Amino acid sequence: MNTILFLVARRIGVAALTLLLVSAVVFAITSLLPGDAAEEALGQGATPETVAALRVQLGLDQPGHIRYARWLTGLVSGDPGQSLANHLPVSELIASRLPKSMVLAGTTAAVSVPLALLLGILSAMFRGGRVDRIVNLFTLAMVAVPEFLVATLAVLLFAVKLHWLSALSSPPDNPTLAQFLRVYAMPVMTLSFVIVAQMARMTRAALIDQLEQTYVEMAILKGAGPTRVVLRHALPNAIGPIANAIALSLSYLLGGAIIVETIFNYPGIASLMVDAVTSRDMPLLQASAMIFCAVYLSLVLIADVCAIVSNPKLKGH
Amino acid sequence: MPLSDPNRRQVLRTLLGAGLMATAGGILVAPGQAFAQLPVPRKGGRIRVASVSSSTADTLDPAKASLSTDYVRHYMIYSGLTQYDQQLNAQLALAEEISNSGRTLWTIKLRKGVEFHDGKPLTPADVVYSLLRHKNPATGSKMKTIAEQFEEVRASGPHEIQIRLTSANADLPALLAASHFLIIKDGTSDFRSAIGTGPYKCKEFSPGVRTVGVRNENYWKPGKPYLDEIELIGIADESSRVNALLSGDVHLINAVSPHSTKRIRASSTHAVLETQSGLYSDLIMRQDAAPTNNPDFVLAMKYLLDRELIRKALFRGYAVVANDQPIPPSNRYHLAGLPQRPYDPERARFHLNKAGLLGIRLPVYASPAATGSVDMASLLQEAAAKIGLKLAVNRVPADGYWSRHWMKHPLGFGNWNPRPTADLLFSLVFKSDAPWNVSGWKNPQFDQLLLAARGEADEAKRKQLYGDMQVLVHEKCGVGIPVFISLIDGYDKRIKGYGSIPLGGLMGYSFADNVWLEA
Repeated sequence: MNTILFLVARRIGVAALTLLLVSAVVFAITSLLPGDAAEEALGQGATPETVAALRVQLGLDQPGHIRYARWLTGLVSGDPGQSLANHLPVSELIASRLPKSMVLAGTTAAVSVPLALLLGILSAMFRGGRVDRIVNLFTLAMVAVPEFLVATLAVLLFAVKLHWLSALSSPPDNPTLAQFLRVYAMPVMTLSFVIVAQMARMTRAALIDQLEQTYVEMAILKGAGPTRVVLRHALPNAIGPIANAIALSLSYLLGGAIIVETIFNYPGIASLMVDAVTSRDMPLLQASAMIFCAVYLSLVLIADVCAIVSNPKLKGH
Repeated sequence: MPLSDPNRRQVLRTLLGAGLMATAGGILVAPGQAFAQLPVPRKGGRIRVASVSSSTADTLDPAKASLSTDYVRHYMIYSGLTQYDQQLNAQLALAEEISNSGRTLWTIKLRKGVEFHDGKPLTPADVVYSLLRHKNPATGSKMKTIAEQFEEVRASGPHEIQIRLTSANADLPALLAASHFLIIKDGTSDFRSAIGTGPYKCKEFSPGVRTVGVRNENYWKPGKPYLDEIELIGIADESSRVNALLSGDVHLINAVSPHSTKRIRASSTHAVLETQSGLYSDLIMRQDAAPTNNPDFVLAMKYLLDRELIRKALFRGYAVVANDQPIPPSNRYHLAGLPQRPYDPERARFHLNKAGLLGIRLPVYASPAATGSVDMASLLQEAAAKIGLKLAVNRVPADGYWSRHWMKHPLGFGNWNPRPTADLLFSLVFKSDAPWNVSGWKNPQFDQLLLAARGEADEAKRKQLYGDMQVLVHEKCGVGIPVFISLIDGYDKRIKGYGSIPLGGLMGYSFADNVWLEA
């Protein structure tokens, strides 16, 4: 048990270090963007005089390393600063969007992970058979079709033609089940399209890899049925790679949901970040980037812990 | 020239000055204008409106407004001293009477009994604060350069203010109708919420997500507003916006692209409204760089603009051919008699030859940021190639275009939104020392005419001065204006009272004050 704790603690330490490096990289890259918040805010109406006045007001006249140090100390003490675009606290802006992104990501995960596992396991069990080929064809097609096409076609069919669903997904504060389904059906479907395919194919590959090992042959020789062989013997050994595949796919659900957020006008955190880029709202942009990075790292961390804990070889100790 | 208090039915018809009535007949009326016969408006109902732009930079501060959603939000919540009618003339709003002496000292009597949404009565202090804050650089006002004209703004009575201008300006009432000069409460500095005197109270405002306004029962216009609630959202993606309209999720959208109009027209429950406006994308030939400062080069480029093709092919007819000057036909000072410059490659070749520039190679900058400019640049490139001028189209991203490229290259495209008055447009973009003198054009004669016209009381003389200025720009300025681009809105036919105010889409951003929902 102590080995596991030690492994996890070390991983968390590495994650924290990665976050720090990422913060520096994000800060450096964002300062390479042409133009700054003052120029963007004034847009076509910028004159040297007004830009200079706004820069001083926003603190953009300070040199980069000072701004970085100030921002980093703020971030560590839990205050990511103020938005340059509208002077609201960044934490407030993120607090209004992050839960919505989480709900969308969570719902998509709840739908897509079981579905992907089922498809992956089935096609691994019947590899080479008809089920496997159908699942393969289906998942490859899903990976190949871009999500904006799926989303647009879905809107044209279900919202514009049939009027069953809403073309916009603005979730009410306390949705009833019916409202919830109406708002989330299409975005969740679109996002699931992409990640189910990826996860199912990875599950299949990881499982088949295990099914070709000698211990599985042994289990079959001992008389274990195919279901038992797969679920009891092969699957626990495949959990590591599967968990990693799931973590990768799910990390996509926050930042990668931008197309879905745009098409359905869903107020999530990805569009918040895109807004931040266009208005050169660095505190908001940096905070969003840090959140994406932190979520990504924690998902990978969870996947690793899953892999470690589920590893039958480690259990024996 | 005191203005009397018009009653509500006259508001849309009365024109600001006595001499202005004559031009009304010459104004191009866009299809679908619903002002003429007003059926009895119905009270109640809730609509959702999607505008093109919404981001975390959304604001409740009128001084900072920069995008259509901001203007709509502000006209919904606040009122101004004056407001625009469908000819962009100023009508009295919070001002009850406006008089001036020498068009320099203006006295404005405020309407009595007007209350803010929190019950505080409107006082001169609120108006003085709302106008003077634009001069403070820390406000970050979009109207700072305009507000420099306010030498002094002071309360001159319990219901009266006086504005002293640095120099005569007959257009002050029209300037004051701009959304930036809407009236806020004295001392307001926190714009997380908004207290105004407008038709709707701000119930919810989350930047980049939505604004919800509920009916102001205490509105100063009797009987108005009509709707219970308006929800304003932004949908940046054009096809998503049109889909949302057609699926019934929203009732009203702006910035419909010409090729989507077919889809909307095909729906029996929706309609399209075209507003012919002063919006244009222009070819900028910098006058401080070679070879674009050569007058023959400028003329050659103007002859190379195939305006009719641009109108038909790029905008599918949703545009009006322009004549290298920025005053659109809908403006009362438009010079109709100015001969239209044709598409004439032969004359272009003649001028290029005269300039000794045949066969040169030149980059031209275009970007999606300036509507239609990328396609215009391609058409120009093709036309130029035929006479031996090699243009290389440099297409640059919209992001950062205004700060990095616009006005920074000898040859490039820009774009200008409709402005309420000829004076504003000329002062901002064409005057020698104008902050956005896009082509760096310096013409002392033009500047003199502009100042003379600004202070001129005689309407006929004024029109003539503006006409002379249009001739100068048409002939000499380094700006080619091929077409005026129409604004296209899409709306649910149950929305009534909707029309055009050529300042912008969504009824000049002020639909909230006018529309109702049919049961």
